[in-house]
Amino acid sequence: MKYQSLALPTAVKIAEIRQDNYRTKTFVLEAQLDAYPGQFVMAWLPRFDEKPFSLVNANPVTLMITNVGPFSRLMHEKQPGDRVWLRGPFGQGFQVPAAHKKVALVGGGYGVAPLYWLARTQIDQAAQVTAIIGARTAVDLLYAEHFATLPELVTCIATEDNTAGLSGRVTDALRPLLEEGVVDGIYACGPHGMLAALQKLGQQYGVPCQLSWEAYMRCGIGICGACEHEGHVLCLDGPVLK
Amino acid sequence: MTNISIDFLNFTFATPFVLASGIWGTTASLLERAARAGCGAVTAKSCGPGPRAGHVNPSCVDWGHGLLNAIGLANPGAAAEAELLANAKTQLASLGVPLIASIFAGTAEEFGVVARIVAQAKPDMLEVNISCPNVHSEFGEPFAGNPTSTAEVTAQVKQALVGTGIPVIVKLAPNVPSVARIARAAVEAGADALCAINTMPGLILDIESGQTILANRSGGLSGSMLKPIALKCVYDIHKACPTTPIIGTGGVTTGQDAIEMIMAGATTVGIGSAIYYRGPAAIQQIKAEMIAWLEAHQIADLNSLRSLAHHEPLFSTVPTGAPVPAAH
Ligand SMILES: Cc1cc2nc3c(=O)[nH]c(=O)nc-3n(C[C@H](O)[C@H](O)[C@H](O)COP(=O)(O)OP(=O)(O)OC[C@H]3O[C@@H](n4cnc5c(N)ncnc54)[C@H](O)[C@@H]3O)c2cc1C
Ligand SMILES: Cc1cc2nc3c(=O)[nH]c(=O)nc-3n(C[C@H](O)[C@H](O)[C@H](O)COP(=O)(O)O)c2cc1C
Ligand code: FES
Repeated sequence: MKYQSLALPTAVKIAEIRQDNYRTKTFVLEAQLDAYPGQFVMAWLPRFDEKPFSLVNANPVTLMITNVGPFSRLMHEKQPGDRVWLRGPFGQGFQVPAAHKKVALVGGGYGVAPLYWLARTQIDQAAQVTAIIGARTAVDLLYAEHFATLPELVTCIATEDNTAGLSGRVTDALRPLLEEGVVDGIYACGPHGMLAALQKLGQQYGVPCQLSWEAYMRCGIGICGACEHEGHVLCLDGPVLK
Repeated sequence: MTNISIDFLNFTFATPFVLASGIWGTTASLLERAARAGCGAVTAKSCGPGPRAGHVNPSCVDWGHGLLNAIGLANPGAAAEAELLANAKTQLASLGVPLIASIFAGTAEEFGVVARIVAQAKPDMLEVNISCPNVHSEFGEPFAGNPTSTAEVTAQVKQALVGTGIPVIVKLAPNVPSVARIARAAVEAGADALCAINTMPGLILDIESGQTILANRSGGLSGSMLKPIALKCVYDIHKACPTTPIIGTGGVTTGQDAIEMIMAGATTVGIGSAIYYRGPAAIQQIKAEMIAWLEAHQIADLNSLRSLAHHEPLFSTVPTGAPVPAAH
């Protein structure tokens, strides 16, 4: 089904489920939404819970879900043909100015979800894209092989324990690129610590950042104040803040 | 110059718009944002005696003709809230926008305890939420459901605030047989002002699953579908307590809605769900519409419209009226 947006949770069938790593699955759903990279949906399992997930794609709607707790565990038990309920899309995503031709996409953990979609749109716009994917250890890496298949995109992997790619954090991989001056915009999604470090790095090198922040979300429509971050309601003003 | 400033208790609000409790008011920064967005006063999210996670999601949805929420009074507890309020007070002081704290509790005595803790932050006013429809199973009927419990809570809070100079606003529920009786009970027990109304109980289902959408099953309705209910309550309360200031809240989405609320007897106007329906610029838009209407009607002072609906015109004759229906 094709929807512009969904105000109320709406039942959607799962078409396909892919195992991405030992605790992450990608769910391709039988729905299309009018959305752009960085926006999110609220996914509901009736009488259980409702949680926010970034869109990996809007046509068809695709979500990547890491099993970290009760809701994601229940999602991991689903089979193709089962249903999940969605409302959204919500929030402000990544908006790459036409002037940014050398973009660095930095993802930590399931933060790569919106960046993979952004990478594909940027390649269409003939930008020079460097994807930096970070994880604690090699088995936690997500979508590295998907990024690798994108033409004219440089993928750079960083693991904290040196089990794949560079040894260290995403900031260690990004710093030399900033030194060289080959980045005119940083686009990132991941844990708060990583985003805070990127923000500092961006300021240091005078490179603008668009960072996707996470918070506990309730209404998803900007009124309850649950997702406040530095005076912003992240579900409406964010999750991507400039 | 059209005047839209309002005297409310001992304060002058630069605009008649009061940020309703539970909309944005979870942090000092968001309260400041609402003040900068054009509110004449701002109300913080209701807080109770201890930290409270609130209900599981979905806890607030747009069901097509309004919002339905059961946030479940998520709050950090009175002690942490007092810190938040103290910070907010500092940030709001330079803007000249008064801060209204909001409290709830499980017993009348506990309302007094929470009031005392919150008062340490010296909020300009204290709103007493006796009308939240989302906590029935734990706290039984809302206190706003009958005049006796309304008076008990009001008296406890008034007593707790003796010597602080903090005025008490009691927030009433719409789903009662006579809101006027409850209003009078609150005023007789010492309420300095009233806020009407809180949300109206409601419930929606998802027919694909056959289940209620809200995790709490039922919740409170808000948004423009609530406006006629709110207007009726404000109208009745003003009639019963003509000298008591009222924050008229419920469904106000446009400048015309706000004028209607004042004509029904409200002193100031609460704004909640409109911030969803029209976005964060809602208050500025409502204000601009209000001023445009006043100017088009050459009304220099908004205050001249207060309770206009209670002053009905007199005629020298009576209308013919409808005929008695004939039996066929
Ligand atoms: C805008 C937005 C977009 C999001 N997008 C995605 C997405 O695309 N994919 C996705 O899987 N999740 C995403 N999340 C997070 C997702 O909503 C939560 O992980 C969800 O709450 C899981 O619910 P649960 O009941 O399974 O676990 P809960 O019990 O609610 O949460 C488990 C806890 O585990 C923490 N946690 C533990 N390990 C990890 C880890 N390795 N990585 C992250 N958190 C960890 C979480 O922070 C959380 O506090 C997003 C969140 C937001 C706000
Ligand atoms: C998400 C949400 C949370 C609310 N939380 C509170 C609250 O904590 N305390 C309270 O007194 N009222 C609360 N309310 C009720 C509002 O303050 C207001 O009375 C009601 O929404 C009607 O006004 P509106 O139609 O302008 O939204 C809440 C309303 C909403 C929509
Ligand atoms: S979840 Fe963002 S304001 Fe409610």
